[in-house]
Amino acid sequence: MKVLVAIKRVVDYNVKVRVKADNTGVDLANVKMAMNPFCEIAVEEAVRLKEQGVASEIVVVSVGPGTAQEQLRTALALGADRAILVEVADELNSLAVAKALQAIVDKEQPQLVILGKQAIDSDNNQTGQMLAALTGYAQGTFASKVEVAGDKLNVTREIDGGLQTVSLNLPAIVTTDLRLNEPRYASLPNIMKAKKKPLQTLTAQALGLSFTSTSKTLKVEAPIARGAGVKVKSVAELVEKLKNEAKVI
Amino acid sequence: MAILVVADHDNHTLAAATLNTLAAAQQIGGEIVVLVAGLDVCGVAFAAAEVAGVSKVLVADDAAYAHQLPENVAPLVANLGRDFSHVLAPATSNGKNLLPRVAALLDVDQISEIIAVVSADTFKRPIYAGNAIATVQSSAAVKVITVRSTGFDAVPGTGGGAVIEPLKGATDARLSTFVSAQLATCDRPELTAAKVVVSGGRGMGNGDNFKYLYSLADKLGAGVGASRAAVDAGFVPNDMQVGQTGKIVAPQLYIAVGISGAIQHLAGMKDSKVIVAINKDEEAPIFQVADYGLVGDLFELVPALTSSL
Repeated sequence: MKVLVAIKRVVDYNVKVRVKADNTGVDLANVKMAMNPFCEIAVEEAVRLKEQGVASEIVVVSVGPGTAQEQLRTALALGADRAILVEVADELNSLAVAKALQAIVDKEQPQLVILGKQAIDSDNNQTGQMLAALTGYAQGTFASKVEVAGDKLNVTREIDGGLQTVSLNLPAIVTTDLRLNEPRYASLPNIMKAKKKPLQTLTAQALGLSFTSTSKTLKVEAPIARGAGVKVKSVAELVEKLKNEAKVI
Repeated sequence: MAILVVADHDNHTLAAATLNTLAAAQQIGGEIVVLVAGLDVCGVAFAAAEVAGVSKVLVADDAAYAHQLPENVAPLVANLGRDFSHVLAPATSNGKNLLPRVAALLDVDQISEIIAVVSADTFKRPIYAGNAIATVQSSAAVKVITVRSTGFDAVPGTGGGAVIEPLKGATDARLSTFVSAQLATCDRPELTAAKVVVSGGRGMGNGDNFKYLYSLADKLGAGVGASRAAVDAGFVPNDMQVGQTGKIVAPQLYIAVGISGAIQHLAGMKDSKVIVAINKDEEAPIFQVADYGLVGDLFELVPALTSSL
């Protein structure tokens, strides 16, 4: 089966972002960028499905700036077969990204689409579910295990009380949680090979898409800082402080 | 203006997070209608009708809704939602699974995990693991929103007297079926509702050592959580994870044991009223947010703390 994986270029997860002084957003100048960690897990899962002989071709797609080619090349080095960049100038909301991905799904007709459950910049946790709604496909969100069983897909999901397993008709949409797999690192020979793999760039216009948004960000502020407290010397002092100063026990 | 709140529940009990979402709905203002979709949800519907400030409870009781499969529930919520100014759900795993599907069916952006209501169309929400707070305005005809429980004090579960109205005509999309669930059974308070939370990290060493935390938690009537490092290492199950992508908690007292304090973990607990950190590394970042820090061997300090309570 053909597997489509959607990835996003985000601030590296080790970077502690700073809010811009004019409160228009966070400062992304000269900040290290990387593939969203949940998207790495999505790529890894597709590669494992190919290694198991379940997936026949892996197409990786990103909806984002021209620089997202770097992350697409990384995905190709990890084992994706070809890449598509839907190049957009502005940061899009999740619904617009889902509509762009829907256009790619229409073109490519994958049996399975894997996405990260959320991007660590916007923390939206929306795109996979929205793509499922737009395509009319079943969704297996927050997946910790994915198994193809005949013409169905069994997905074990991480939910509040534990785990839930659902059986989905194919084609289906899966979003990854942390425990689905542990992504590999790209080897140097594979990074070299990835440079020769096909990467197609499309524009929203070429896909017949125009984006309208029903929300806008008015301002971005730093959270109220929490100051460090005191170090206590003993358990007895801690208990005394919790009882008499903080009054929480 | 009327607000539809999608109740979270397990067919038996109304999830506490629903009461926090109702608090957000009250701040937005307007008539509040609660939807209870599930199977044999009579008890949940009655509980929702008892909540102060709810005017009506819509009940969709059908096998198609038994397991909250979004393929079945989302079309129901979207069709009902067209008649409302806002559709709200708690940012629980059910709410997060369902509501973006509803938003896409309504062709509107969703606003995820709000922590404050500025006005009926403007909300605050954390981004970048809580390292920035965005103020977002929605121009959607139907504003689709998930609510982070820690941002709102729960409304009282009693004092209301809403009318209950059954809905007819459920449809099964036949896209998905429920196979099984493995739910943790635990007598301790649920993490997101607990007044005290004790969490362990990589420093616990193994899953067996969490017994020290369970003893302490039982003394305090606390819930027990864990950092991502402890969950990834297989010490404890995933539903105990506190952090950016796990559970978000804001108890009166949070005790972090053997947790270094990665940004992703802090995102899940830094709104706690009082934070205590116990760690052998005095340079650990957790001490930068802790009200009270105790440096030393957790295997001595935690039992000592337990026995002194």
